[in-house]
Amino acid sequence: MKKYLSFFRMRFLTGLQYRAAAAAGIATQFAWGFLEILVYRAFYQADAAAFPMEFSAVVNYIWLQQALLALFVPWLMETEIFSAIVDGNVAYELCRPVHIYHMWFARLLAHRISSALLRCAPILFISLFLPAPYGLTLPTDPLTGILFLLTLILGTLITVSIGVVIYICCFFTISAQGIRIFYSAACELLAGQIVPLPFMPDVIRRVLEILPFASMQNVPLRVFSGDLCGHQLVWAIALQLFWLAVLMAAGWRFAVHAETRIVVQGG
Amino acid sequence: MKRSRKREKKISAIRLYRRYVGIHIRSTMQYKTSFLLTTVGQFIFSFNVLIGITFLFNRFHQVADFTYSEVLICYAIVLMEFALAEMFGRGFDLFSGMVKHGEFDRVLVRPRNEILQVLGSKFELSRIGRMFQAVIVFIYGLLTADIDWNRWKVMTVVLMLIGGSLLFAGIFMIQAGMCFFTLEGLEFMNILTDAAREYGKYPVSIYGKPVLLFCTFLVPYALIQYYPLLVILGRTARLWYSFLPLAAAMFLIPCLLFWRFGVRCYRSSGS
Repeated sequence: MKKYLSFFRMRFLTGLQYRAAAAAGIATQFAWGFLEILVYRAFYQADAAAFPMEFSAVVNYIWLQQALLALFVPWLMETEIFSAIVDGNVAYELCRPVHIYHMWFARLLAHRISSALLRCAPILFISLFLPAPYGLTLPTDPLTGILFLLTLILGTLITVSIGVVIYICCFFTISAQGIRIFYSAACELLAGQIVPLPFMPDVIRRVLEILPFASMQNVPLRVFSGDLCGHQLVWAIALQLFWLAVLMAAGWRFAVHAETRIVVQGG
Repeated sequence: MKRSRKREKKISAIRLYRRYVGIHIRSTMQYKTSFLLTTVGQFIFSFNVLIGITFLFNRFHQVADFTYSEVLICYAIVLMEFALAEMFGRGFDLFSGMVKHGEFDRVLVRPRNEILQVLGSKFELSRIGRMFQAVIVFIYGLLTADIDWNRWKVMTVVLMLIGGSLLFAGIFMIQAGMCFFTLEGLEFMNILTDAAREYGKYPVSIYGKPVLLFCTFLVPYALIQYYPLLVILGRTARLWYSFLPLAAAMFLIPCLLFWRFGVRCYRSSGS
């Protein structure tokens, strides 16, 4: 356990080095969040009755999405691992007395959490003080807050476990480019990063809600503003646990299988 | 005598640029799979945006008096403008690398205009993926929207494409000019580039008055999008709106001045 924690700490400290980049990123995310809210405001004004969520819930969804961007965006991966596979340095990784699955899992998780921690505080703080319909509204009861944290952790773990599967795929394809493009594009849409899932047509939404992508940011961000509650919430958490178990088991099996037939690139 | 030499120089500049483009296309074609994947990637990512618009309109049918087809025309035109600017002006977009690695020193010692050389430093053919999609969406918008076309409107579209790509090119130039002072590329500049492309899919007016004013007088996005679009859709009698994209292209002048200023302040990073 200790060795994984130290991987975690290493990655975390590296992430903290890039504070200026984080500051610039925050300004950008503010602008994006703001424009996104204005889009939904325009649609709200066009036809308020067709709105599937409360307006404040959409605003919360957008601010949280911007603040926690680093936890869920599909393209955030460690390029060092991809280049290690291409240039053969992965041999060193395999020599370490830690299994690559656990190591890469810990590293990717740390990478995401450190980036998110750096960025989220200012965005959350400022958006809390924005005037009424455009600001972040905190959940009223502590239970919602606890459930939000729980689903947030589960969602992050699911995102990371898919990310590690992508890493391992590169043992077979060598070049990561193709997989990353297709995965990022699919994930962006299916996880509700382009349009929140409730805004999608009913038939499509019902299918997407079962997929693992819906267990990523969709659940915690909607729990936060009480949009997801009661039966649906219990079901969503159960589904999150299910997907996490399946993805981690599959990833582990996949990694073990890959290890037996790895060809290390010379160079 | 003097004039003819000037003209000669201009022609050879065009020939030189064509040479640059030729080299880039040939080098891209050495990695066909990579090129194909990037192009497809460009296509898919813009496709996601399109799906997003479609889902929202499936539910709401219209936004601020604009219908689905009308928004698609707007989206397609902005996407084309951006793709063109990016295809030709990518050198400016990637300029921070050039400054950081000291490559700009080499540019300065050559007996050629530095803007031409930076433009020639990269030609992004893969943006064809975006262009391709924009054209398809545009055609779909044309077929479904209720517009009676005439020569004036066709000219308006052409002016929008010219003005828009020049405006985006200007913004790339500012972005590059900043690198003279900061070395590092600045992420917040993509509020002006990527965000403009992303949110330019809707006519600027839907974002409300303050944003419209900002995009009319400060960074003239509305001039290449919202106002001429009104002419095309037949929403306004002010036909002179068609020429506003040319006014937006004037934005290039301060960008050029800023770039010149930056070049004068340039200090090599030495590496």
